[in-house]
Amino acid sequence: MLELRQINKSYTGGLQVLSDLSYTLDAGEYVAIMGDSGVGKSTLLNLIAGLDTPDSGEVLIDGAAISSLDDNAATRLRREQFGFVFQAFHVLPHLTLQQNIALPLLLNGVSIDGVEKMLAAVGLQGRGDHFPRQLSGGELQRVAIARALIHHPKLVLADEPTGNLDPDTAHEVLMLMRTEIKANGASGILVTHSKAAAATADRVLMLTKAGLHPLAADQTS
Amino acid sequence: MSSRLLFRWLLVGEWRAHLLQALVAIIAIALGIALGFSIHLINSAAYNEFSTATKHLSGQSDLQVRGTQAMFDEILYPTLVQHKSIALANPVLEFDVVVADKFADSRDNKLTILGTDMFRAINISPDAIGISTDGDRLDGLSDDAIFLSPAAMEWLQVKQGDLLQLRSGVQTVTLRVAGGLLRARVGQRVAVMDIGAAQWRFDHLGLLSRIELKLAEGINRDAFKISLAQELGEHYRVIESADQEARINNMSRAYRVNLNMLAMVALFTGAFLVFSTQVLSMIRRRRQFALLRVLGLTRAQLLRQVLLEGTVLGTIGSLLGLALGYATAATALHFFGGDLGSGFFSGVRPDIHFSWLAAATFFILGLGVTLLGSAAPAWEAANAKTAPALKSGSEDIALVKLATPWPAIACLVVAGLFTLFPPVFELPIFGYLAIVLLMVGIIALMPRFSALFFSAFLAISTKKSSAAVPMLALSRLANAPNQASLALGGILASFSLMVAMAIMVTSFRVSVDDWLGQVLPADMYVKLASSGDKGGFQPEQQQAMEAIPGISRLDFSRALQLTLDPSRPDITLIARPVDNDSPEKIIPIIGEAMASASFPAGSMPIWVSEAMVDLYGYHIGNQVNLPLGKAGEVAQDFVVAGIWRDYGRQFGAIQMQLSDYQQLTGDENVNAAGLWLQTDTASEQVMTTLRALPFNDALEISHSSEIRATSLKIFDRSFAVTYLLEMVAVVIGLLGVAASFSSQTLARAKEFSMLTHIGMVRRQIFGMLAAEGGLLAVLGVFLGFVLGWTISLILVFIVNPQSFHWTMQLHLPWGWLILVALVMVISAALTALLAGRRALSGNTIRTVRED
Repeated sequence: MLELRQINKSYTGGLQVLSDLSYTLDAGEYVAIMGDSGVGKSTLLNLIAGLDTPDSGEVLIDGAAISSLDDNAATRLRREQFGFVFQAFHVLPHLTLQQNIALPLLLNGVSIDGVEKMLAAVGLQGRGDHFPRQLSGGELQRVAIARALIHHPKLVLADEPTGNLDPDTAHEVLMLMRTEIKANGASGILVTHSKAAAATADRVLMLTKAGLHPLAADQTS
Repeated sequence: MSSRLLFRWLLVGEWRAHLLQALVAIIAIALGIALGFSIHLINSAAYNEFSTATKHLSGQSDLQVRGTQAMFDEILYPTLVQHKSIALANPVLEFDVVVADKFADSRDNKLTILGTDMFRAINISPDAIGISTDGDRLDGLSDDAIFLSPAAMEWLQVKQGDLLQLRSGVQTVTLRVAGGLLRARVGQRVAVMDIGAAQWRFDHLGLLSRIELKLAEGINRDAFKISLAQELGEHYRVIESADQEARINNMSRAYRVNLNMLAMVALFTGAFLVFSTQVLSMIRRRRQFALLRVLGLTRAQLLRQVLLEGTVLGTIGSLLGLALGYATAATALHFFGGDLGSGFFSGVRPDIHFSWLAAATFFILGLGVTLLGSAAPAWEAANAKTAPALKSGSEDIALVKLATPWPAIACLVVAGLFTLFPPVFELPIFGYLAIVLLMVGIIALMPRFSALFFSAFLAISTKKSSAAVPMLALSRLANAPNQASLALGGILASFSLMVAMAIMVTSFRVSVDDWLGQVLPADMYVKLASSGDKGGFQPEQQQAMEAIPGISRLDFSRALQLTLDPSRPDITLIARPVDNDSPEKIIPIIGEAMASASFPAGSMPIWVSEAMVDLYGYHIGNQVNLPLGKAGEVAQDFVVAGIWRDYGRQFGAIQMQLSDYQQLTGDENVNAAGLWLQTDTASEQVMTTLRALPFNDALEISHSSEIRATSLKIFDRSFAVTYLLEMVAVVIGLLGVAASFSSQTLARAKEFSMLTHIGMVRRQIFGMLAAEGGLLAVLGVFLGFVLGWTISLILVFIVNPQSFHWTMQLHLPWGWLILVALVMVISAALTALLAGRRALSGNTIRTVRED
């Protein structure tokens, strides 16, 4: 589904963050990526999402190189096939929950009928008319998950989605995310520092300067 | 459907949360458009009515023959009647008289009389025919009958059969109101009587003002106009209605354009406000836009979203402005008529006419400036890098591209070049463009100025003190100069405009005051309330005045109108005693005057106003001809011996020796006199003697101090609209300051919450905000002064001379400027404080957690 081919990325000033990175993610697979701060986890997600371009190498989605797409095509790909969950929730404060969740549907030009059902799926039934300011952190992240999955994307990218939540709420949100990703038949990449969070994925990968490597089962606990 | 729904959600969401900012932008656009549209409607209604009324009086002639002076000998009339190319010639005598009952009100006491031959007028100007309501058709030929338009009857409070006392020169004429006119325009005050009776009763025997011509069939008007002009010689002008329209247009054009430009300045301030509102909205929503980009909104869609939001603002603001402008114009025309203080359109009562073309133009203008204000923020939002924009703290980066100095420097360079350009169609178009570019350039350079000033200030203050509040305030201003400069721009725009207008008006007023001192050297002035160009004090009446005891010197003068170019308003010729070697004693000469020894042999000296230089190309030393003397005589040569400043007549004036004038024309009459009193003589004593003269009823006697005071009063009245426009621009600017402070402070709620968490008390945060607001205002006011002073130089030395053909000296109203500066600084500090109070009223803990 996703293939990374010999990705290299450095920032202005010469700081090399990703070097010769290769990896293949199969359809329906849900992996967690761990690693030290600054190792390039968020950069990797940005490259996969087409928000940034590698210095060399290719990111392939279903065999098509995302870096060969122009900005409009990359944007269309993102809105049709990707879902995003962020640490800082990133919900639009002046839209209701229903409107926030419906955004990907509107952008894809499809019916917004499924929003209420998705609200119910993330445990926010009957609160569609509420505004984000009326919700707790955990509830906001549920909204973000609902928005990430409402349009049935092929790949969900989650960047530290529980970084702002207490452990109990974090676990609840992670399990919800896993359940919904699996229920939608999507693939998922979860970037996290938390071993507990990573443990909710099918596989855990460690990003180091040497590349992406599977983490042994004993290292995840 | 989906994209429309998304647009609506995003727009409604934004407006629901920041309604105040949206309203401020809408109000700013609406005020700018309302001002421009109402001024346009008032001016065009007045201009059209004035023009139509003038044409109405002139009839439906093919051509008109006029003299170069207001009246000419009727000997020309039989020549034209017999001309084979002319089918009909209609002689007209037109002059103003003073209504005896209204003598005291010198601005509103004149009635225009048309003397016509009713048997000929019926074929060319049938509307100007008197109608007797008692059915006596021949009453139109009576020597005591006068026919009044309905507006004149209403103004004079008379009806048919009443007697009317009218003054012309030193005589009073009593006439009987014999009826009304066949047709007259609403509000037009005019009277008609038989031409022979008018010539006789008002002492204009043998004189005409114009002869209206209907050409014989098959005669080419343009070719005949040229050949007739050549045939008649330089003492006559052959004109057509296009010339008349051009003349009326030329008369008030500069004034109308300048008023419109002032309205545009208010609109420009509004456009800047839209820009700052959109930029602040873009900064506030930077992360939201980035999220939308992540979720799949394309650059083009985002650009469209921001521009559409601007379009909605502009559409609502422009429509409101059009409605408000129309209502304002209708109210102003109803209560005050069409004269906005200039005096150009007095005596007409125009009706408002809604013009779709003008409305569409102003709508497009309003929408255009709004889109212009939205374009740069929209472009930045669409092209921001998505991943970095998602992070907190990237707001100031958003403005870096907008703060690129090169476009600003280019604006300043082009502005400098534009100041060197000549007028276009006698209008200072490049002068105004230079002002706009100057403002855009300086406002765009604000981040640089702001960073430079506050960094230096921060460095100095941290050496001397380590107090947290000033350090925080200065750090913010020095390190986030782009955001600071947005609020600064509002202060800068409004204060600089205020400074520029205040300096220009003060310079003009002081210059006019000085000029009045120069042109009114005598102690007292006596003139005839109405003399026409041919009437006046006859020699025996002049002798009677000279015999008055207590007068050390008495200068008589003769003023009359001359037509040098039929498409331009008449110039004024003033004949008076002038010392050829020292004309500056009595004329406000600019620069050096020509010495009498240098006058070419046979040439008479004339001294011309600055307008003659601009409009007719007269320069010192030029030898010119003037249409004085009798028709058929060889034209006299004149030499331009000096140039003088004239604030009284923007269409040109010439002064010459009274003795030269009398020698050339044989006209011994004068129409004004300056009286110098002996040191031991009281002015009341001379006044009493003057009042005892047999022709005292017709005299207007004034002390020079009274004329000076009245002139300045008229000056202030004519600038009242300017003051109003200036105030509106300042109010719009202050709205901008309030909007940008409020918006920025709300966007900093998280920063304030964090400061509260680490131990700053609310009072300290308020102090920090007040310090930021005050410091910004101090810099804004300082730079606003420099910018305003520069703009005033353009207004004083380019716009005014190019528009009105007079120069002035620069004078600064320091007291007023300091007062407004203080008000601006205090209101800016208070606005910042109030906005901070609102921002701090939220949930501190939650605000920080959200970050």
